[in-house]
Amino acid sequence: MSGHAHAQGDGPEVYFQYEDIDQQQESYVVGMWAFLMTEVMFFGALFLIYTLYRWKFHDTFFFAHEQLNWKMGGLNTAVLLFSSVMVAFAVHFAQKGKKTAQLICLGMTLMCAFGFLVIKTFEYGAKGDHKLYPNYTFEYGAHDKDHKVESWWDDNLPAFMHIEKKEQHGDPKNAKLFYSIYFTMTGLHGLHVVIGIIAITSLMVLIMIKSPLITDYVPTELVGLYWHFVDLVWIFLYPLFYLIPR
Amino acid sequence: MSATLIDNATAEQPRNDRNYLNADHTLKSWLLTVDHKRIGILYLIAVTIFFFIGAVAAAMIRYELTSPHGILLSSEVYNKTFSAHGIYMVFQFLVVAIPAVLGNFLIPLMIGARDMAFPRLNLLSWYMFMTGGLLITLSFILGGVDAGWTFYVPLSTLSETQISLCLVGIFITGFSSIFTAVNFIATIHKMRAPGMTWYRLPLYIWSHYSTAIVILLGTPVVAITLFLVVVERGFGFGIFSPELGGDPVLFQHLFWFYSHPAVYIMILPAFGVISEIITCFSRRPIFGYKFIAYSSLAIAFLGFLVWGHHMFLSSQSVLQGLIFSIITWILAVPSAIKVFNWTTTMYKGSIHFSTPMLYALGFMGLFLIGGLTGLHLASIDTDVHLTGTYFIVAHFHYVMVGGTIMGYLGGIHFWFPKMFGRTYSEMWGRISAMIVFVGFNLTFFPQFIVGYLGMPRRYHYYYFAPEWQFYHILSTAGSTVLGIGFLLPGIYLTYAIFKGKKAGPNPWGAKGLEWEQAGSPPITENFEKPVLVLEDPYNYNPEEDSKMYEHEVESADMLGGRK
Repeated sequence: MSGHAHAQGDGPEVYFQYEDIDQQQESYVVGMWAFLMTEVMFFGALFLIYTLYRWKFHDTFFFAHEQLNWKMGGLNTAVLLFSSVMVAFAVHFAQKGKKTAQLICLGMTLMCAFGFLVIKTFEYGAKGDHKLYPNYTFEYGAHDKDHKVESWWDDNLPAFMHIEKKEQHGDPKNAKLFYSIYFTMTGLHGLHVVIGIIAITSLMVLIMIKSPLITDYVPTELVGLYWHFVDLVWIFLYPLFYLIPR
Repeated sequence: MSATLIDNATAEQPRNDRNYLNADHTLKSWLLTVDHKRIGILYLIAVTIFFFIGAVAAAMIRYELTSPHGILLSSEVYNKTFSAHGIYMVFQFLVVAIPAVLGNFLIPLMIGARDMAFPRLNLLSWYMFMTGGLLITLSFILGGVDAGWTFYVPLSTLSETQISLCLVGIFITGFSSIFTAVNFIATIHKMRAPGMTWYRLPLYIWSHYSTAIVILLGTPVVAITLFLVVVERGFGFGIFSPELGGDPVLFQHLFWFYSHPAVYIMILPAFGVISEIITCFSRRPIFGYKFIAYSSLAIAFLGFLVWGHHMFLSSQSVLQGLIFSIITWILAVPSAIKVFNWTTTMYKGSIHFSTPMLYALGFMGLFLIGGLTGLHLASIDTDVHLTGTYFIVAHFHYVMVGGTIMGYLGGIHFWFPKMFGRTYSEMWGRISAMIVFVGFNLTFFPQFIVGYLGMPRRYHYYYFAPEWQFYHILSTAGSTVLGIGFLLPGIYLTYAIFKGKKAGPNPWGAKGLEWEQAGSPPITENFEKPVLVLEDPYNYNPEEDSKMYEHEVESADMLGGRK
């Protein structure tokens, strides 16, 4: 028993620290939920920051959000929702012991995850073209044709016109804040998608090589829980950033 | 239990020599171990090293302050020195010391499990802890950090020292403690032996459960906050910096949302240790088991609602301050419940003044002073006068050093025979416990006075008030005594690991699975036989206790005491 796993008949493998398979599986699920609690607080702090600043700079956040592409964001939402359904099916088939169906569902999830990242890359690229990265290159409104005219006007018209511009586009400093939060939150979410891709790929490989580590549905369920969480974060991110009402 | 009395223990008993320490001797078997006991020992070595670095920084601070003009350090170096002291002590020692060393070692033993729920995750969290510690050390080698352990924005975003590297280190250390907490929660929920119901758990386990909840909910918040500071420094994102549009007070809110509960991450495990020691050496069942258990949870819960008392002088409104002040006063209640219950436990007990008990009694006195001075700081009006002075420094050292480190040392001395299967010199143990107590009070009590007189913290001179030199010299003298008090256990405990007398399975005659059903040191699987729990914890009986226990013989001989 020392240090080695021992098998109970044909059933799944039980590690030495557990009494039986039920205890092992329940421990895994409890551990995963505890970890997700941490993740909720991790993103929770960011949502708090978002809420406070949007409350404080409501108008600017509205103007700034118009530069985001809500169609691409919406497409990404659909992609992620579909992937979550696929993961739910994967867990279902894992419980039924239907390996091929499970692998197909996990594969679909993986494709969705990659699709999400590809769409996200296009979006980020467009933000770069418009000089909206919130670092030292940030130039709010640089891509906006109307604004370019106004910029020309800036040099040629008296100061009261500037005030009007400010009302229309918001304060560039606060718009930068909006993009700082946007890139931090979607970036961290994207990182979680990448971790999800790694987890799903490893799970699929382990299933395919019939690894002794995967003998029941619990690993699939844990990956599924994680993936649902990633999906859930996006469900909040999408309306908060892309669909701000006036 | 009778097997633990001396008259039986001296009789030849067949002892199984196989244990977790001699299961395998290679370095690889230690570095790749998944045994929770070995991981506990790895943590013990690591936190001792980090404590030593933090202590050296403290010694430099104390030496600097013996003269009103400063002796040794320039302003910049002094800033880096107190930052190093704070960062090492808080993130690399206090937060992890009791949970990671004693918690890892004892939780499975106390609940009757063979190991933690996730042994490999446990090892991973040690490696993350070491990576974080090495990055922090690297940041100090490459030039140091001068923003203090609190990293207040905008100082931390403007400072040109190695702050980013240090913050990455703290971030990784934070995730190490999150993984430890996940392990604790799953283990305590699911790995308890048959018959080990929630109300039969030792209070030590309740404390660690509460601690794990605080770690899980608090640490990610500070992790993301410090991450945002790194992003702000690295990429120029503006979230906290006022010149980039952000709000620096928001940083303080988010920072203290973790860092106040972090105080309870440090002190709750110490409460657990004290509960165990007090009952064992009073030979009485703990008084008010459920009150102590639930007061731990109450502290964990209320601890999340008081962070604003660090910010009375920020832009927070008076109403906010008032609410935080009231909740802080309420928080004193569950802490007081514990102290009353420990005191009542000792009443009519058969008290043995062994080394761990001396530390526990010291803890109660020092924690009382630390807690009551906390109420001066929780009231807005007195806080306005005292904030940012040495009064605060003295207050939190009374809680952190007088509380956590006394609890940690008491715990190390209490479970030392269990960890290494040998006994240390009881006489030296008692002497060093006394030295720590005296040295501690000499160091920090003068700081209350000099702080009340107005000495600001984080200053490396006080030429404007040379009359304070008397208090500073007292404090520095005390810190020397305290340093000796910390050094002594390092020497005699290390000696005892190799040369100490062999200990029986239960040298204190204590109750609990780890004493009654596991060997000293335990085997890799912890228990020889399956564990079944049939009785309540702390089933002591003071009337029956007239005999001495194994561990006390040596000191009784030496001191010419009772036989």
